[in-house]
Order: sequence, then structure tokens, then C-alpha cells
Amino acid sequence: MNKLKTASQIVAQLQDGMTIGIGGWGPRRKPMALIREILRSDLKDLTIVSYGGADVGMLCAAGKVKKVIFAFVSLDFIPLEPFFRKAREQGQLEVMEIDEGMLLLGLRAAAWGCPYIPTQVGLGTDVINNNPDLKVIDSPYDDKEWVAMPALKLDAALVHVDRADERGVCRIAAPDHHMDDWFVRAASHAYVTCDELVTSEHFVPAEVARQVFWERSLTTAVCHIPGGAHPSSCAPFYGIDNSHFLEYNKYAKEGGFNAYCEKFVDGKTEQEYQAMFGGIDGIRKIPHTTY
Amino acid sequence: MTATSYSLAELMICVAATAFENDGEVLATGIGVIPRLGATLAMSTTNPDLMMTDSEAYLLSEPNPIGSRSEEFVQRNETWMGFSRIFDNVWSRKRHAMIGPTQIDRFGQSNISALGSDYFHPKIQMLGVRGLPGNSISHANSFFVPNHSTRVFVDGECDVVCSIGFNPARMPKGYDNNDIDIRLVITDICVMDWQGPNNKLRLVSVHPGVSVAEVIEKTGFAIHIEATTPTTAAPTAEQLAIIAKFDPHNLRAKQLKDNPPGIRPVAS
Repeated sequence: MNKLKTASQIVAQLQDGMTIGIGGWGPRRKPMALIREILRSDLKDLTIVSYGGADVGMLCAAGKVKKVIFAFVSLDFIPLEPFFRKAREQGQLEVMEIDEGMLLLGLRAAAWGCPYIPTQVGLGTDVINNNPDLKVIDSPYDDKEWVAMPALKLDAALVHVDRADERGVCRIAAPDHHMDDWFVRAASHAYVTCDELVTSEHFVPAEVARQVFWERSLTTAVCHIPGGAHPSSCAPFYGIDNSHFLEYNKYAKEGGFNAYCEKFVDGKTEQEYQAMFGGIDGIRKIPHTTY
Repeated sequence: MTATSYSLAELMICVAATAFENDGEVLATGIGVIPRLGATLAMSTTNPDLMMTDSEAYLLSEPNPIGSRSEEFVQRNETWMGFSRIFDNVWSRKRHAMIGPTQIDRFGQSNISALGSDYFHPKIQMLGVRGLPGNSISHANSFFVPNHSTRVFVDGECDVVCSIGFNPARMPKGYDNNDIDIRLVITDICVMDWQGPNNKLRLVSVHPGVSVAEVIEKTGFAIHIEATTPTTAAPTAEQLAIIAKFDPHNLRAKQLKDNPPGIRPVAS
């Protein structure tokens, strides 16, 4: 089955009010080309589930977001995501702020068809007080109380991988595939962008097949966008574009997000966007961060 | 041999290392340069059984030096430890994390999420609760405070309680104080723990040149003071050499404003 689509065909599948999970982690391996395509669309009232970075900041700044389900939103070396911060401080967002592990459990519950997964995580903190929908329940097996972390069912998951074939077999060769497999499994539809489109032959070596974290039956569509994670990283091809994030951060202080969009997003193709960074060759020269 | 010249950052690294020395075989996670070097020093000296990651996706059998490393450097991987597996480790309880919260209250609760009285309209949005709720109820945790003040050690509760503490009003059904394991609080002026009466914050030692009165003044709630308060032990020359080896770019000198000396000069 050939699942190749363009970014605009994928975004056309999304609807107002959907709950959308976004893979990656902070400034790493975010499907940013799809985010830019959403910024150019009329989509609105989205609920975003994310280990958040600029994906969340940009969608909030563009007024696309009704609610964010998150544990953090951060650009790592710029700890506070500037546009998410603005949106929160203006009081314009609904939020479900939960522990990083609770978010994982919510995705797993959705993937496994469970209404909730019991956990002790969140007890004794404001995670319980600030989320009245989050129930604390008794256990049939002990005398303690437990948080019933509800399934986070996603209408769509958006993820970026380094390689995929047209059937939707996806490889993540980066050191960490983060929670992308759980986002995909929690979603009714999973849309993948890839840096390299490969033939199925690519997955034959066992060590490559071990870097495929979900079955192709879960991949709804594949879009080939080399550099599509920029300005987030996509190891092994390119690192986090810290200098671009510094510039992005400046727009939050001066100019605002509209000015950022005018320069980098509005009316631009992905090729035109990338040309501002030396094209795909320039992006692939961005060094990896050493921790 | 005790060193005669050392920075405050180096003193804090050595104290941070003591937090991990009796931990046995657990994952030591130090967030930030000083906590990470503390864990590194402990793993290199007092507790070789510790485990550390490369802060990305692998568990190491020797800590990595901080910052850029030569092309020839090969990190000593021992297993994959991506973020999803970190939670398996957290919930197995075999971990000790040391982080620097923005607020800490008298119950040992901490905040890195947001500041202000209205949660839905925060004055300052910070990181979010991150993994603090899970860390605090699952394993040992220590705090690192580079700027000991009443802004950090707040009067009243934290604006957003991200981690569980010794607060009777919030204690979950079936839990008591013994289920919560908050260890050291290492600041730029002193070392404290939560071993006062009813887990009250207790002064353990003051750094060279710091008075007990200064600690009391800079803490927004009452702390437990013992009859005598020792001075924080100075680093040894061996410790300083190990710290220098794992911090070849001297990032530790940039962690505290003006990189003050470990022995505070007497005011003139």
C-alpha cells in the first residue's frame, strides 16, 4: 500500500477541535514542517498533547490551541518556551498539567484500550488539585488511594522520523525514539514525516529492523520532507538549531509571533523556508549538542 | 589533604557528592552542572556502584566529562536508557535525583511550574511540573539552591506544589512521612536536611564564613537548629583534581554569580 501524501494533504485530514499528539521531546525530533503547515491552515480549537517545545509555543501563539496537555514546554537551553509562556501568562489556555510519566501512562492506556491506569504519581501535589477531572480512587487490592490516569485518546498523532518507506515502515535511528511509539499507538490516525524516503530493502538488517518501533498498520500516511524537523533536531542527520531558537526567542520580546510568521512561515514553501538556513545541506551541518 | 583554596561551587559539588555516598546501586541524576558533578564525584570516589546516564539515552559505567569532548572520546555505554525507560527506573525506586527548584516550602514541597496565586493566569510560567510528582513519591530526592533566599524558601506553601512533601493536609490515604524520602538541601550558604522534629528542615552545617543567623534570616520559615552547627568540610585536593578532570571546560566557574571563593572573605 502506498501511503505517500503531501504535508497539505495530511493537514487537510485534521479538523477543528481535534486532540492531536505531537511526538519528539522539547527541541528534539518535532514534526515542525507539519506544524508550519498547520500555522498556514484555518485549523483551530485544537487540544495538543506533547512533551512540548516550539511545536506547542508556535501553535499557541498562532491561536490554534484551546487546551494543552503537558508536563513541560521547553527549548532546553532556553528553559522557558517564550510563546507558551506568553499564552499562559495571558490566561488564554485551558491546561491539563501532569507529570511526564503520567502523560506516558495516559498514552499507554489509550493504546491498550483501558479507561485509565492506576498510579501513585501525582498524589500529594497540585496535579490533583488543578485537574478536577483527574480522579483519585480506592484500590480493590490494598488500602491506599491511587490516581486513575485517564486514557489520552488522540484523534491524530504527528511524528517525525529519520527514515520511512512508502508503506509506513518507520525507523528512528536517533539515540532515543522518545514516546513516539506511544503517541502513534494512542492515535486513531498517525501521520509521519521523514527525512529520508527509503525502499523496504532498508529495513532488512536486523539492527535496522530493531529501530522500527511500531507496525506499519499504525501509520496512516507518510510525507517525505528532508529537514522537516528543523529547527528541532533529527539525529543522526542534524542537531538542534540553537541560533534559530535564539532568534525565535527574540521575536517573543520584540516583534511578536506574526513577525516571525511573516519572515519564516506565511506563504512560504518548505524549500523557501529552508533556503534561509542554507537549504537542506545547511540544515544537515547543524552540529549535535553534547551534554 | 584538605585544600586551602577552592571555589564555593567546588565546595557545593563536594557536599552534593555526600548526598549519594550511601545510596548503593541507584541511578544518580544531577540536573545542572553542580549537581551533576556532585554525582560524578560520588561515582568516582565514595560510591562506585552508582549509575549515571549521558543525559540523553545511554546508561554509562563511567560518568562523561561535561561539555564538548574530543573526537576520540568513547563514552562507556552499558545499556540503552531512553526517556520511556527512565520511568521504569523511577517507578522501580532505584534512583536519587538532585534538582534546583524555584520554590521550596516548610513541608519540603517544591515548585518549578509557575509563579503567582492564580494557576490559570500565572504571573510567571516556568517549566511545568515535569517529572517532579513521580520522582517525589517514588525515590530519593535532594535539592540544590544556588541563591539561598526567602524567595526560594517561601513563607507559606509553594505557588504550585509539584512534589509531595511532609504536609499532613496533602498526605494521601495509606501514606505517611516515612514514604517520602527527601534528603539534602545544598545551598550557597549551608547544608540542610529534613531530619528535624516531624521532618522539619534542619541546619546541618554552614559554609566557611557564614553565620547561623544569616541562614535563619534568609529562610522564609522556621528551621531546626542543633545546639552546635559545624562548618561544612572543605574539599580535599584529590576531590578537586577529580572535579577538574570531569569539568575540563571549567563550567563550574559559571554556575554562581562572580564565582565566589569557598571561604567567604571577612567583611572589611
